[in-house]
Amino acid sequence: MKYVILMQVDPEVLERLTEEQQRMIEEGHAAFMAKTKESGELIATQALADPSQSKVVRARNGVPEVTDGPFAEAKEFLGGFYLVDVENEARVLELAQMIPDASIDGLALEIRPVMFSDLGDL
Amino acid sequence: MTVAPPAVDEGLWREIVPQALARLLRTYGRDQIDLCEDAVQEALLAAHQQWAGQAPADPLAWLVTAARRRYIDLVRSDHRRRDREAREALLTLPLNGGSSAVDDSLLLLQLCCHPALPRSAQVALTLRAVAGLSTAQIANVYQLPEATVARRITRAKRRIAELGGVLPRPRDDRERLSSVLDVLYVMFTEAHHTTTGEPAQDADLAAEAIRLARQLHAALPQDTEVGGLLALMLLTEARRPARVGADNRLIPLDEQDRRRWDATLIAEGRALVERAVVGATPGPYLVQACIAALHAEAPDAASTDWTEILALYRLLEIVTDHRNPTIALNRIVAEAMVYGEEYALARIDELADHHPHLPRLAAVRAHLLERLGRSDEAAAAYRQATKQTRNIAEWRHLHIRLRRLLNTT
Repeated sequence: MKYVILMQVDPEVLERLTEEQQRMIEEGHAAFMAKTKESGELIATQALADPSQSKVVRARNGVPEVTDGPFAEAKEFLGGFYLVDVENEARVLELAQMIPDASIDGLALEIRPVMFSDLGDL
Repeated sequence: MTVAPPAVDEGLWREIVPQALARLLRTYGRDQIDLCEDAVQEALLAAHQQWAGQAPADPLAWLVTAARRRYIDLVRSDHRRRDREAREALLTLPLNGGSSAVDDSLLLLQLCCHPALPRSAQVALTLRAVAGLSTAQIANVYQLPEATVARRITRAKRRIAELGGVLPRPRDDRERLSSVLDVLYVMFTEAHHTTTGEPAQDADLAAEAIRLARQLHAALPQDTEVGGLLALMLLTEARRPARVGADNRLIPLDEQDRRRWDATLIAEGRALVERAVVGATPGPYLVQACIAALHAEAPDAASTDWTEILALYRLLEIVTDHRNPTIALNRIVAEAMVYGEEYALARIDELADHHPHLPRLAAVRAHLLERLGRSDEAAAAYRQATKQTRNIAEWRHLHIRLRRLLNTT
């Protein structure tokens, strides 16, 4: 079963991290990637640039229009995601708890089942 | 995959493969890059099978002969092509023996860097056809699926074929080479400051760019821009051991431990610069190499000859027609060292009016404000800079600076 693990980020939390915590996050993600690659559960992961770099394309009177910025200004935003293929929901929850963000107050992970996939040439 | 047969040295192998391709292009026409490359690839496979233990006396000649045979087979079996007869007539032409290896490698580089191709295709094709990297290796460099890279290369080759392999007529010698130099420079800067920052730097790609620049310099030893580009690459590469910290963050020039710079590369780069500057018309790569050489000479940021560096940045702005705001930003960094931070901040504001989203502008402003002790403004500028970067290694560096600032105030 495929799931995405969405990483909710709060920039204020990030800038208040100690160097120790920052190192724990870096190493924790590297270890998580190595482990899920090894087990064959990791399909892909991406870290996303700040939402202030987003563009939005939406229809106005049936014609696509491009505007700056994310859909809505929010304190928290999507910082990145893991796409995994696992046995069951219990396993994806187990994996999510291994991600260092899960141990830092103010950060959160959202786990959602995937309904349809086309991974291109991946 | 371009892997040398057991009997052949890898370096020689990578040298003769593009030469063989260039020979075929010269004989059969530059619009034949697709079939010619297939032919060389198949000749490589044959070499693997047939050279097991011992290489022929002249590996290049062997490869060219085998690839020509393969090319003829490929053309003959290609029934769908409308101009088949015309090309079969070409096959009977005498072989072109008059070209030198230098001309061949130049021709191939220029063809791969054809101005009608998008930059990403120029780089991919150069890595494939000139540097001899496999599609899988190129895919790895750009963290893209192999099939995506394969299609990009195929599309690029098809585009060259559509253009009939004709290179546009250059206005002068510099223009003839500029596209090639730019592609090598993009390849190198991509290696030195990867777009995504993960990895922070790509040593293999840098080595490849330097190898190609060396070849180009060997072919055109009198060209001061080629010499300048090679020197710039060597002097930048020399800083590599000091550029990335243990925590995978980028370390800026002023914080680097200069004892870790590579003295051999610096000596070679400086010698190239000194040879090139005599009587040269200053071009953008040579001027940048001069700047890099001044940094390389200084034991630390404070004792750097900033007055001279500032003069060189002003010259660089002139030779690039003031079209590149990043050069203006670097000039302002030098101005901060010569005229002070207040002066530089005023110049930054002027630049920001015209280029509000210029990469690194917020980071430079943050550093200047921090040096002036204006902590709140510096923190705001650091925040803005972290939002603007797409490079995760740079993001880490900016975050560390921001946190240090918040912890000390």
